Amino acid sequence: MLTLTHFLVLAGILFAISVLGIFLNRKNLIVLLMAIELMLLAVNYNFIAFSHYLSDSAGQIFVFFILTVAAAESAIGLAILVVLFRNLNSINVEDLGSLKG
Amino acid sequence: MNFQAVVFYILSAILIFAGFRVVTAKNPVHAALYLVLAFFTASGHWLLLQAEFLAIALVLVYVGAVTVLFLFVVMMLDINVEKLRAGFWSHFPQAAIVALIMMAEIILVLSSPEAGLSKLQPAADAMAKISNVKVLGGQLYTTYLLPFEAAAVILLVAMVAAIGITQRQRKDSKAVDPGVQVRVRRDDRVRIVKMDVVKPEVATASESNTEQQA
Repeated sequence: MLTLTHFLVLAGILFAISVLGIFLNRKNLIVLLMAIELMLLAVNYNFIAFSHYLSDSAGQIFVFFILTVAAAESAIGLAILVVLFRNLNSINVEDLGSLKG
Repeated sequence: MNFQAVVFYILSAILIFAGFRVVTAKNPVHAALYLVLAFFTASGHWLLLQAEFLAIALVLVYVGAVTVLFLFVVMMLDINVEKLRAGFWSHFPQAAIVALIMMAEIILVLSSPEAGLSKLQPAADAMAKISNVKVLGGQLYTTYLLPFEAAAVILLVAMVAAIGITQRQRKDSKAVDPGVQVRVRRDDRVRIVKMDVVKPEVATASESNTEQQA
């Protein structure tokens, strides 16, 4: 019998994997964006699992909005990446020090 | 173990494998393809949770649009992968420790017996009578109408921004910059020259001839 904990633990594992990915791919901007997408997926799992087990559709509405914002975020992120590559000829995070932050 | 549980465990194994390959794949194209697999498997899970609309939206939006966008960008850019992966596995132990600790913490919190998360049972017949799409549609266009419109505006703004960021001005473009045009003062265009009155010379015979020919 599947319980809520099954899905929440799965989402936790997925989230931990994407944190691992952010640590590992510290230089590769494009894989960083993919890891962020995986993180959002893990969060959406929680919303949908709770929505199912509490029989409340509000959680699914929230996932709908998260999907919208995530799509916008990745589109703008990739646009910035393309401009960056055009100017620097690299997507290495270590080359992005021009603001001296 | 019933059929649903079997499906859950198979899909979970695929999802975790795909997620792991996304973050460790050498080639970014492979990473994007594993991302497709991860999203597809996730949509299977969401079907198990009776969220049909979102499962299909995930496939349409993510597999159909976002990961294809990722693939486009990865293939368009000429990335030196070897340079980006220098010292990749040397960070692995540290990263694995942090990730494992996070995972253990999450599981510890979730498995607390006081929370009673495992005791929650879905109301089986409440969902079965009305379709998921109908419920979500009714909610979206009544209770959540304003956020829905805001989401649409966000998507529009993101689209305009993405195009605006990546647009390049052509070198041979003759388009006028409106800002410069507005800032123009009279002195930039018109010059008033004070000069004495000059009596026009009487045209010579040869000049009048050439004018007639022209």
